[in-house]
Amino acid sequence: MSAGVVLLFLAAALRISVPYALASIGSCFSERGGVVCIALEGILLTSALGYTLGAYATGNAYAGLLAALAAGIATAWLHAEVTVRFRADQITSGLGINLLAAGLTRFGLVRVFHSSSNSPRVEGFADLPLGPLAHLPVLGSLIASPLVLLLLVLLPLSHALLFRTAFGLRLRATGERPEAGATLGLSVTRIRFAGVLLCGAFASLGGAWLASEQHSFTDGMTGGRGYIALAAMIVGKWDPLGAAAACLLFGAAEALQIVLQGSAFPSELLQALPYAVTMLVLAGFIGRAVAPKAVGVPYDPEQA
Amino acid sequence: MTAERRTQLLVASSPVLAVLAALAAGAAVIAAIGEDPLAIYTLLFRQAFGTGYGLGQTLFRATPLIFGGLSVALAFRAGLFNIGGEGQMLLGGLAAALVGAYAPLPALALLPAALLAAAAAGGAWGAIPGMLKARFGAHEVINTIMLNFIALSLVGWLGHRLFETATVRTREIAAGAVLPRLGAWLPALRSAPVNASLLIALLIAAALAALLFRTRLGYELRAVGLNAPGAEYGGISIGRTQALAMTLAGAVAGLGGVNFVLGYKHYFELGFTGGAGFMGIAVALLGRNSPLGVIIAALFFGALAYGGLVVNQRVPRELIEVLEALVILFAISARPLLERVARRWA
Repeated sequence: MSAGVVLLFLAAALRISVPYALASIGSCFSERGGVVCIALEGILLTSALGYTLGAYATGNAYAGLLAALAAGIATAWLHAEVTVRFRADQITSGLGINLLAAGLTRFGLVRVFHSSSNSPRVEGFADLPLGPLAHLPVLGSLIASPLVLLLLVLLPLSHALLFRTAFGLRLRATGERPEAGATLGLSVTRIRFAGVLLCGAFASLGGAWLASEQHSFTDGMTGGRGYIALAAMIVGKWDPLGAAAACLLFGAAEALQIVLQGSAFPSELLQALPYAVTMLVLAGFIGRAVAPKAVGVPYDPEQA
Repeated sequence: MTAERRTQLLVASSPVLAVLAALAAGAAVIAAIGEDPLAIYTLLFRQAFGTGYGLGQTLFRATPLIFGGLSVALAFRAGLFNIGGEGQMLLGGLAAALVGAYAPLPALALLPAALLAAAAAGGAWGAIPGMLKARFGAHEVINTIMLNFIALSLVGWLGHRLFETATVRTREIAAGAVLPRLGAWLPALRSAPVNASLLIALLIAAALAALLFRTRLGYELRAVGLNAPGAEYGGISIGRTQALAMTLAGAVAGLGGVNFVLGYKHYFELGFTGGAGFMGIAVALLGRNSPLGVIIAALFFGALAYGGLVVNQRVPRELIEVLEALVILFAISARPLLERVARRWA
């Protein structure tokens, strides 16, 4: 590979991992609080449509971002309502919400844009004026994007929020031993809601990124990215920093697949790499991924 | 009526309540877009059940849902959540298509071989998460989701060699591997695509009911699902039982692939499952993991799927997908809610 191809590969890898990282960091909050977030895919999808509708109506990317947040957080709220308030099975709820999101967004496409496949072109984000920084190779054009800059700021902050603040401690406590938290007077319901809604907010940024980069919404455009983000969260051991690193790895695998397309190398098998890595990590072949103890278990104070 | 009995009755009615609630929510949306909900629902269910052809279409769509639902229900009885039905069905269909098209077998042996291949491919794909769970305690939910995607990549890779030029489908199977359409025996069903796969699905349902409630293995399976430590204390190996349950569940989902491949189009085509493996979760949920319940729930979802196409002229078909999702969400919320209500009464 020449230097040019390597640079192209790096740029593609970074760009691909942006939405994964946003969603993946978000899922750390939900899961650390004890709520499995398979709904990630659905949140990405609704927020991508939200962005498109907002940007279409106003012609402004930031209005699109707000609409994405509203749609994504509403979707996460539904997941929280079903799993935390009604204490229903979290995995089934996530799958149901993903199905709901697929149906609703297609319904929205048909109703608003009279097409079952795609929306018209909408505005994306304009690059930020970064001066000399914008001329950095590979990174320059990437960090000039407002959502990438936001990701770079939010990444260390989210790690700190989870591991260095009272809120983070409480969130992790409700994910490990909710009854212990409740004994100390914490509201497990409220804390778990906060975790799921935070997850929704982060994932919405990912949805906004997807729609703004593509300048449109297309049916099923998330294409399983929510599940990859979830897998990255596991490989990253329920830590935002680890999750982001895993997203970079997965993004690199995807970029390599693009570079190798058309060559003799079976690029479809590279497609399977993130999934295979996740399975190896889960089985304990590469490090050990230990989930929060109470993740997936509804908290019922009447039975505690 | 004792309080316990009342709780049981309330909880048992939760699938029906969930369906009614979802239909009510759907009615609100239909009314909001300016259509008459009652007229739409009447049209939908009359088309799905009222004519021979419509019934045949409904049954055709219900068939893979029965396989998918039985697969999820079986795993669930052993305390496992099989989200891998989609990948298992995909590979089952591919295996059946390959044996049906290429195996140098006499006509009489071809169909059984193709069916076995479907079950074996699905079973192998189910065995992986089953064994990873048994050996390493790796969570089957994540693993089955991952395996769905890996199955897709695998098919994409194999497709280069297998698919007919400029298509995403394999070569047509030999005549000996075809599962006949039921319309050949029941003229009322006319040209509807429902085929002998439905009979296989019903047979498997009966066999699973017998297995679960009449055999030692079934007892062990349910014991592990209800109380794993207790079962182990009673001398049952949790790991072995769960690995076996996932393998069987995979085999059942894999067999579901034959409805399209051997019974309808007579070739494997990318995306043929149409989410039936995935919808098996909703079917098992609504059917409360009982074989008979699964059949009834599959009929309901099959009717929605076909009826949704028919009413597409007046309400977008996407609405049906929303309805399906609402049934799932209401069904899982209704049960804990009703249990709480019943507890208040007690």
